[in-house]
Amino acid sequence: MNTLIIYCTFAQNESLMNIHEYQAKELLKKYGVRIQRGIVIDNPEKALPIAKQLHNETGTGWFVVKAQIHAGGRGKGKVKETGSNGVVLAKSLDEVTEKVKNILGGTLVTKQTGEAGKVVNKVLLAEDVYYPGESEPKEFYVGILLDRAKGQNVIMVSTEGGMDIEEVAENSPEKIIKEWIDPKVGLQGFQARKLAFALGLSGNAFKEMVKFIASLYAAYIGSDSSMFEINPVLKTSDDKIMAVDAKVNLDDNALFRHPELAELRDIAEEDPAEVEAGKAGLNYVKLDGNVGCMVNGAGLAMATMDIIKLSGGDPANFLDVGGGANAETVEAGFRIIMKDPNVKAILINIFGGIVRCDRVANGVVEAYKKIGTIDIPIIVRLQGTNAEEGAKIIEESGLKVSSAILLKDAATQVKNALS
Amino acid sequence: MSVLVNKNSKILVQGFTGSEGSFHASQMIEYGTQVVGGVTPGKGGTTHLDRPVFNTVQEAVEKTNADVSIIFVPPAFAADAIMEAADAGIKVIVCITEGIPVKDMIIAKDYIVNRNCTLIGPNCPGVITPGEAKVGIMPGFIHKKGTIGIVSRSGTLTYEAVDQITKAGLGQSTCIGIGGDPIIGTTTKDAVKLLMEDPATEGIIMIGEIGGSMESEAAEWIKENGTKPVVGFIAGQTAPPGRRMGHAGAIIGGADDTAAAKMAIMEKCGIHVVDSPANIGETMARVLKG
Repeated sequence: MNTLIIYCTFAQNESLMNIHEYQAKELLKKYGVRIQRGIVIDNPEKALPIAKQLHNETGTGWFVVKAQIHAGGRGKGKVKETGSNGVVLAKSLDEVTEKVKNILGGTLVTKQTGEAGKVVNKVLLAEDVYYPGESEPKEFYVGILLDRAKGQNVIMVSTEGGMDIEEVAENSPEKIIKEWIDPKVGLQGFQARKLAFALGLSGNAFKEMVKFIASLYAAYIGSDSSMFEINPVLKTSDDKIMAVDAKVNLDDNALFRHPELAELRDIAEEDPAEVEAGKAGLNYVKLDGNVGCMVNGAGLAMATMDIIKLSGGDPANFLDVGGGANAETVEAGFRIIMKDPNVKAILINIFGGIVRCDRVANGVVEAYKKIGTIDIPIIVRLQGTNAEEGAKIIEESGLKVSSAILLKDAATQVKNALS
Repeated sequence: MSVLVNKNSKILVQGFTGSEGSFHASQMIEYGTQVVGGVTPGKGGTTHLDRPVFNTVQEAVEKTNADVSIIFVPPAFAADAIMEAADAGIKVIVCITEGIPVKDMIIAKDYIVNRNCTLIGPNCPGVITPGEAKVGIMPGFIHKKGTIGIVSRSGTLTYEAVDQITKAGLGQSTCIGIGGDPIIGTTTKDAVKLLMEDPATEGIIMIGEIGGSMESEAAEWIKENGTKPVVGFIAGQTAPPGRRMGHAGAIIGGADDTAAAKMAIMEKCGIHVVDSPANIGETMARVLKG
């Protein structure tokens, strides 16, 4: 089977930016994709006036209150403080304020947030689109993403809308239908028709779906996205096709072409330590272990984490200092790692190419002195350009820092530090 | 013998006069690589590092017979540079640039198909045939001419493997850094295949990482066609599963993209898989002794 794998894990090069549902819907709307209409609010006092406005504009009598956080599973997730779900229905104007209050400002825990959950700073107040009519409403799944192996984008649709698509892929893969897009010519009409027919649609709903897929693809290409997941796409009881939810990942590397999209970044959704690291030019991901590490290069950083594990420890983080390891970056790295109270030792692993090891060693000594007392063992492994000179600087510094040249020795020293 | 580049390769530097291009071009020249000139649009007719600068790759190829190009052009223009090199008849295109938008790479990769060229990268350290040609940003001095071919998705981790091979008393035939981007010109399998067919290569080191299915595809190919010992390592055994970037991403890939899954497949296909990146060199030395 030709597997299709997208961006996985935190390797440095796999960069993408998350945006909120309400932002994603605004983006889709610009390209003519029909969306469930709604207005975002950040204050419960606005709930009633905004609900009234929505009623006037759309005629809706019911209102959907949706927590805006960067994580899936909101509908089944629970707000810690109130027990409310992350997506709820208010069946009258009278209920809106109360329902909003139960979510806004609370901490929402879903299967994707971990136990800590995420604070809800905004909620989207949306129209009800599951109103009764001539036909039954029906939910679908539509996604667009990159097929790495083929080097092409692929559109995937399924009749199993509203479900966890991973489960669909595992239990009934035949229910996911795909069309690959030839980059020379882009999406063709016949492809959109094939997908819409495969969903069992006819008449006006079929025409709407063809238009929906074409507009969605235009939005994907126009915004330089690397993943769209619209789940569910709804066929309403009057045969309209619309996006009820929208998950959009933008390609970080293309944001220079889209300054208006770059502004959609929500720092509040990111780990503060990871944001601070980013400002210092470091690529940091916090993990749960007891040995911190600082490495140049993403591949070597992951390999260093593996070494820590094999030495009996657990990596406390992934940290790539990139091509320019110097006193400033090393100091920033130290400060970030040491904020984590679980860290019992730090392993610095630098393979000097263009970066000279003696400079890195001086950087470590300088940073160490500047920070003051560091009461956990530091192991510095320097290899490559001027490695011997670097090791000498560390040894002669008189600091509680040990040095290694071979990766093996570094592993042994980590083991000793932990015992 | 060697693969991709050798002492007869005539190398062109795209983005020659920029700071990255200048620095690495001079390092390549110092290593003894045959750098025949460079391209910087608008600076044609001038001289840089004692070599001619051209406005277009086509003109550079006509005047210098260059057959290899290395690209240091900024991300916004790099895909264009790849296509220009392919159009001008360059046979081996090495793209160092990191951060090229995916949409641009989809177009560039499609463009070079059937244009009789090999793209290495982007976002890679390049290719080196020790003692003959360094077409990349790797530190030259850690390499030693020898019989081990190395394929890797990463930069410094490749240097680590090179260093261990050199310290184990072996040396390298050609080291290929294929790059870490989601869309790259030469896959792990493509690079392994080149080395498997190279008479100068006696053993192959294959270094992968989590994400994608390139290592598994290479392993299956090796199982069917391998004639030389292969030592493998996958970085990211401790990477937490919850940190994947896209929900849809996990869909079709299943569980094949974890380090454990890849290592199991590689082992099954007869590759000597090491758990620790510290054991790459000694394992290859032991395997070669039989």
